[in-house]
Amino acid sequence: MAYPAVRHRTGWYSLWLLSLLCLLITGGAQAHTTPDEPVVMADDTAVMMDPLQQRREQLASLATGSFADKRRQVNSLQQQSWPGVRAVLAGMLAGALFHDDDDPANVYVLREQDGVLIRINPLDGSEVEIASPQGLKEVRTNNQLRRALRGAVARFDMADESPAVRKAAIAELRRDLDSDAVALMRERLPLEEHSGVRNELEVALALHDLDSTEAATRLAALDVLSGELANDVYNRVQRLLATDADGLPVEPDGRVRAQAQRAIDRIEQRRSIFGGLETLFFGLSFGSVLVLAAIGLAITFGVMGVINMAHGELIMLGAYTSYVMQLLLPDHIGLAIVLAVPAAFLVSGLMGILIERGVVRFLYGRPLETLLATFGISLLLQQLVRSIFSPLNRTVQAPEWMSGLWRINDVFAITWNRFYIIIFMLLVFALLWLVLNRTSLGLKVRAVSQNRAMARAMGVRSDRVDALTFGLGSGVAGIAGVALSLLTNVGPNLGQAYIIDSFMVVVFGGVGNLWGTLVGGMTLGVANKFLEPHVGAVMAKILMLVFIILFIQRRKQGLFPQKGRAGEDH
Amino acid sequence: MKLPKSLAEFTDRSRVFDVVNPAVRSPKLDTSHGTILYLEDITVSFDGFRALNELTLYIHAGELRCIIGANGAGKTTMMDVITGKTRPDSGTAWFGQSIDLLRLSEPDIAQAGIGRKFQKPTVFEQHTVFENLELAMAGDRRAWKMLFARLTPAQRADIDEVLNVIGLTEHRHRQAGALSHGQKQWLEIGMLLMQKPALLLVDEPVAGMTPQETERTAELLLSLAGRHSVVVVEHDMDFVRSIARTVTVLHEGSVLAEGSIEQVQRDPRVVEVYLGEQA
Amino acid sequence: MGEHSMLSKLLRSERGSLVFLAILFVIGVGMPLANLLLPASSALHPSTYTLGLVGKYMTYALLAISIDLIWGYCGILSLGHTAFFALGGYAMGMYLMRQIGSRGVYGDPILPDFMVFLSWEKLPWYWHGFDMFWFAALMVLVVPGALAFVFGWLAFRSRVAGVYFSIISQALTYALLLAFFRNEMGFGGNNGLTDFKEILGYDLQARSTRIGLFVVSAIALGLGYVLCRWIVTSRFGRIIAAIRDSEGRTRFIGYRVEHYKLWLFVISGMLAGVAGALYVPQVGIINPGEFAPLNAIEAVVWVAVGGRGTLYGAVVGAVLVNYAKTYFTVAWPEAWLYALGTLFVVVTLFLPKGIVGILQRFRRSES
Repeated sequence: MAYPAVRHRTGWYSLWLLSLLCLLITGGAQAHTTPDEPVVMADDTAVMMDPLQQRREQLASLATGSFADKRRQVNSLQQQSWPGVRAVLAGMLAGALFHDDDDPANVYVLREQDGVLIRINPLDGSEVEIASPQGLKEVRTNNQLRRALRGAVARFDMADESPAVRKAAIAELRRDLDSDAVALMRERLPLEEHSGVRNELEVALALHDLDSTEAATRLAALDVLSGELANDVYNRVQRLLATDADGLPVEPDGRVRAQAQRAIDRIEQRRSIFGGLETLFFGLSFGSVLVLAAIGLAITFGVMGVINMAHGELIMLGAYTSYVMQLLLPDHIGLAIVLAVPAAFLVSGLMGILIERGVVRFLYGRPLETLLATFGISLLLQQLVRSIFSPLNRTVQAPEWMSGLWRINDVFAITWNRFYIIIFMLLVFALLWLVLNRTSLGLKVRAVSQNRAMARAMGVRSDRVDALTFGLGSGVAGIAGVALSLLTNVGPNLGQAYIIDSFMVVVFGGVGNLWGTLVGGMTLGVANKFLEPHVGAVMAKILMLVFIILFIQRRKQGLFPQKGRAGEDH
Repeated sequence: MKLPKSLAEFTDRSRVFDVVNPAVRSPKLDTSHGTILYLEDITVSFDGFRALNELTLYIHAGELRCIIGANGAGKTTMMDVITGKTRPDSGTAWFGQSIDLLRLSEPDIAQAGIGRKFQKPTVFEQHTVFENLELAMAGDRRAWKMLFARLTPAQRADIDEVLNVIGLTEHRHRQAGALSHGQKQWLEIGMLLMQKPALLLVDEPVAGMTPQETERTAELLLSLAGRHSVVVVEHDMDFVRSIARTVTVLHEGSVLAEGSIEQVQRDPRVVEVYLGEQA
Repeated sequence: MGEHSMLSKLLRSERGSLVFLAILFVIGVGMPLANLLLPASSALHPSTYTLGLVGKYMTYALLAISIDLIWGYCGILSLGHTAFFALGGYAMGMYLMRQIGSRGVYGDPILPDFMVFLSWEKLPWYWHGFDMFWFAALMVLVVPGALAFVFGWLAFRSRVAGVYFSIISQALTYALLLAFFRNEMGFGGNNGLTDFKEILGYDLQARSTRIGLFVVSAIALGLGYVLCRWIVTSRFGRIIAAIRDSEGRTRFIGYRVEHYKLWLFVISGMLAGVAGALYVPQVGIINPGEFAPLNAIEAVVWVAVGGRGTLYGAVVGAVLVNYAKTYFTVAWPEAWLYALGTLFVVVTLFLPKGIVGILQRFRRSES
């Protein structure tokens, strides 16, 4: 169970990032008084004391005092501006604030990084690695206190330099809009210069304003909220349209209801647009997987006319290559993946050359026999992998820069691994296109595929070109395997899952045409993802297969047919 | 890009799946106007290269017509259009007055009465000579009937007669693949005879034949004219001279000249582009 | 005249067929008799298990014949023939399922167990009629036949041939595999149909029933063989061979190639369906795994190993490969896929005419 552990660590990690940011900031928060919660100032005598000593005492009170004491200290601390104060408050909120068993004045924030526990002294920022939290006691909090802490941390963060931190703080406050939070935001609004953050503030305040007794305020709030994609906005506005048990509308004012309806319509419209965009993105990334899997086949099947049923197993070999690379370089996951690309190209490419020299070349002109023989090879390769690596699935770890996502709004997020797949596919495609169209090997490949006898007469060593072409197609399959290893489990059956899809893409796109493979794969990928929500994944796949069978009826040669008389036969 | 065109074609509502298309029943051949084949403004292009360029050609009923032309003049493509193998980009092709060739498939055209002999002899090599003729025999060609089909004495006599004509009587039970090149040519002509077509398209019938065989082929083709219409594509000018009444010269996908062999040979354009090369 | 003379003619014309039918007769009659009459201690006594095994091989042989009919004689390589086999099997399985009645785990008189488990209220419409044997038997022919007709029509009309056809047919069986895995389809999903009790009122576990199924399989194999033999020796057979050797030429002498291919494909699909229907009661289960493209291509290899275009070669291949499979998977399971993979490669590279080809060459060199 690797997943929870990772999440745990990233939780600490982000906490640490926040504290670090805070430590860097010396600006601090401004003095501020909330109307219904008068701030209790520290003892007058404290002013005379050494500030460090004063902080120590405050922290001690925060750590071991009564909840009322703690509350007082939180209110006091949130107005102070020394470097570690935010870390203390955030640490306390996250349950990461400890004090020495013996000396409550020694308060620490604990943070875990790469499995190592680090003890930070908020007063001087010093960090010490410790083996265990032995001798330390967690500072206890209760709900009321946590609410106060949340506000306090948000207050710090709303003044942060980074708009992202400010946005996060607002989002945090928005989850529970109490009057403190609203007051805090209202105060912040005129100061805010970043338009995105301003918008967040306005939306949060508008959400609050929907509870206003003034219809005009509610109307104005709806204007702000119209088209906002966040779920809480949608739900809140939707509530305005609800009816109570007696069938009477909850919202008394008809104008407000009409306005709410407009806002909902607009939200739904934008949601479907962004939902569509996200489906499109999913489709493009799935299409990229298909193209990656099929593009090697486009060479061996399309250019050479060889049915290579072992193509899927060449993909599988690529995936196992990336698994082995990670075994070899356990400390450099990302580097292993990067190195796996050329390694997989070599492994699968050499295997492809072996297959071509050993079997396929004796069967040119007998496509059905080629099909059977290469199928036999696919069985051999599968069993070989089972014997070496066991039949169990293996996992390839994705490097950190590939995980995570870019949340554009509540409906639309781009996950990095899907994004990189698209980029990677385009790179591979471009490279392959260059090889086939701008190198002498490519020239020879095309020459042999168009007229073997003539190419021979011109001095092209056709058997060598055959081997290299097959190797190229197989090598690309290996590269596809590396990409697939990051998306799915690596197992002996990995290849089988993709072989039929790959053939479908090549046949659909038009045999012998790289562009056809690209367009064909992308089309199938996108269409599949648009169908999935309506009919389910399995049914979508079945429909695509049926569609292709029907499509071949209409255009036997695929989307991009090979032109000319060469394609015809007697 | 090519895609929009492909997609446009795919979504073209006037085109339907073949399976939905009702089968065209071909009416009877009608040559009451004396012309058996009308090709008008036929254009075929491959990748921008015009194999046929607004070709217009008429063949009269019972005629023996020779078609000559350099390689790439469009002779084979023309035959492909007539037999339904290639669909022209534009133009019309009628078999008699009543049969639109462009709406028929290859087997329909064959059954309507157009027989073709290919340039390379294409007989069924795994079958015996007798079976080859049996396969080509005119008659019902529906699949279910063939399961129960037996040869009638009349049909046997037909096959024997053709075997005699093509001189393969003693080879009747040999595998066609084991025949010599010339024998295969003859077998293919025999298959054409078994089809009893109204119009025969013969592509280079004497390629690879000995002079004696060539002579016999000439006799045979001449004897066929009258009962059948025959179109012969040939490179061998001596052979053409020995059989031709009317000669059509194709050049770059259209008719360059037409007339008796003397007329054609005197035509300065022909001399320049075709005969001139040979001289 | 008529059928009788034709039959004797086609049997006389070839020694291989005669030998095959004789052996089949001996096995079909001899093994059940030996099982019934000889004491269990006798070395010649075949156990009921062996009988079941041979019965299973015979259904495989029928499947192999159906593949040889289209591949060996017409050059159509279908990599989806297990689709027809499995559909025939499912039709039979549905009948056997309905026969369970209230003896199922949940005891519902109408609904099969898996439907009760999915809390379905009533029988889906396509399950009606399968409580009657004649209807199920009809469906064994109709369903695979109809699928073969629709698929073949689409493919052959648009002249999808050669490897394209192979790949598309593989996609077909793959699509069916995915579909039958779905519980919503109403065919038992992943687990398929199993726990059968009886067929036509006879207990499926009883020795007499097993012998009966064995004999029926032998008869089906023999009849299927004679039917195919009759087809390939008729003029229809010469035409499909002509299509195999030169499709374009056949078209130019006026044959509607697609019709011939279509009818042949439909007949072949129905034969495969019958094979599947006989297979299911003998093994006691049918599940979506039978649709797996791997099975289909394995069946093609039986034909290749035996020697295609001879029909009896297909039988030889099916029996030998499956015997090897039975042996390997027990004695040396790891090695089976190695052996099978090597078999694919060796047969295509070195034995294009299969085992029958070797025997023929052997005989020729002797004489």
